Amino acid sequence: MRLLFLAALGLLFLMPYLWMISASLKPLDEIFRASLDLWPEGGGTLRNYARVLEHVPVLQYLWNGVVVCAGILFFQLLFAVPAGYAIAKLHFPGRDLLFGAVMLGLLVPYHVPALPLYVGFSALGMLNTYAALIAPSVISVFAIFLFRQFFKSLPDELIHAARIDGMGELSIVWRVILPNALPAATAFAIFSVVAHWNDLFWPLIVVSGADRATPALGVLTFRSEEAGDDFGALMAASVIMTAPLVLAFLLAQRRFVEGIATTGLKG
Amino acid sequence: MSETMALARPRLGAGGEALAGLMLCLPATLAYLLLLLLPTLAAVLLAFTDYELGAPALAWIGLGNFEELLGDQGFRIALRNTLVYVSIVAPVSIAGALALALLIEAAARGRALFRAVFFLPVVSLPVAMATAWQYLLHPTIGPVNAVLAQFGVAGPAWLTSSDTVLLSLAFIGIWEAIGFNLVLFLAGLTAIPRELHQAAEVDGVTSAWERFRLVTWPLLGPTTLFVVTITMIRAVRVFDSVAVLTQGGPNRASEVLLYTMYTEGFTFFRLGYSAAITLVFLAIVLALMLLQTKVLDKRVHYG
Repeated sequence: MRLLFLAALGLLFLMPYLWMISASLKPLDEIFRASLDLWPEGGGTLRNYARVLEHVPVLQYLWNGVVVCAGILFFQLLFAVPAGYAIAKLHFPGRDLLFGAVMLGLLVPYHVPALPLYVGFSALGMLNTYAALIAPSVISVFAIFLFRQFFKSLPDELIHAARIDGMGELSIVWRVILPNALPAATAFAIFSVVAHWNDLFWPLIVVSGADRATPALGVLTFRSEEAGDDFGALMAASVIMTAPLVLAFLLAQRRFVEGIATTGLKG
Repeated sequence: MSETMALARPRLGAGGEALAGLMLCLPATLAYLLLLLLPTLAAVLLAFTDYELGAPALAWIGLGNFEELLGDQGFRIALRNTLVYVSIVAPVSIAGALALALLIEAAARGRALFRAVFFLPVVSLPVAMATAWQYLLHPTIGPVNAVLAQFGVAGPAWLTSSDTVLLSLAFIGIWEAIGFNLVLFLAGLTAIPRELHQAAEVDGVTSAWERFRLVTWPLLGPTTLFVVTITMIRAVRVFDSVAVLTQGGPNRASEVLLYTMYTEGFTFFRLGYSAAITLVFLAIVLALMLLQTKVLDKRVHYG
């Protein structure tokens, strides 16, 4: 009974995916017949995918997505891990002030600083660059908060032992603390990549044209400029752009779910 | 043991430790100031000016933008639509996720599979899934209306009629939010010790509903409160589906706060006015967070 109900509901939830894939394999006249057969007549066609690959710089979009997500994550960790360590484990003047600033930053949605940031990048002639896509997200107060909480629970002996070995604070951060904080770092990495791969708001503001468009922007551009009502090609493009993260999720379900559950805080 | 540790404890000198702390925080502090604090303050100030991109000068107009907002039909519609959207998406996706979580948690079989299925929308590119929904809900070639036609019902033009567009967007929003809430509820449920349910059963609470009411619901309080807040905040931020599917139309029937802010700021380049809308948006988000803290202090403390 329980399984039956969940299965029925689950199937209903998967409908957008099933129809998306189905339509991406159907020729246009079959789509317009609006038949309720999920399975394409005659086993389907790959023509929609060929059309997308021909007309859309798919690889460019995916590559841009990778560069932007990797760039953002790299700097987020570079800034947040040392700061999280210092606030959790060291005594220094201004520490409480910094932590207060972090808590304050958690209250502000990223849409709020967007207008002045746009004006800034525009004035610097930096629209349509990777830098404009990456820079506003490199500081994650949420990451500092998360790492600070996690580092607090690491035993002090770990740090003391490293100091006895003559390590400096910076190498303690990267060679002792971070390896011991991999669960938190993984959770944050997943949260960060999912958020920025899927983001539309900021790329829509600072990027026009295909050169620097992320996957989200790519689908939008293709929809409004090329495809129109060509749902077959549109669905094929959607499948291609959705696939990387979904595949990663299917391969590492547990980590994804845990990652989102521990970082749920920020949404 | 602790004494030897204390003896061997290698402290940095107090000055060394202070310096190290400051140096480690320096990059983050600079980035915070430059990319978060300053732009946020600038956005607040901008809201009190008539700044337009490309205009040679700007003037301080006090509450002028906010007065204009009060009389702006488009903004009022956007605010109302956003609240309607939130008041559909939040209750349905929260209650739905809780029911699903209880069902999935009830037995071990299929747990991981169902969790994955319902979670899938959370990791799927929203823009791409919005296009998939556009096909599903298409008035003439969409499968949804094709199914309705089988039952002799003429389906509406879901996304292009002003009667149904907000409802359709809310439905998509629910589909996107439920998996996220589900995962949070599952985490909350796992934290409740099984012995408590057994104890309740021994004490004569035999109906599953009573056990839920007496044990699960109160202990789930903090999780529920958290899910309620986060879902409302995420729903207030609705943007992608509107930008992809309706651009606020037809006839402003799906105009929402962030989309209005986007068009005022980046299509019409009225940055001052757009900043004022941003502040309204920020105020709503802060009010929701404040509500959470207040309720948390008062009611749901079970440790």
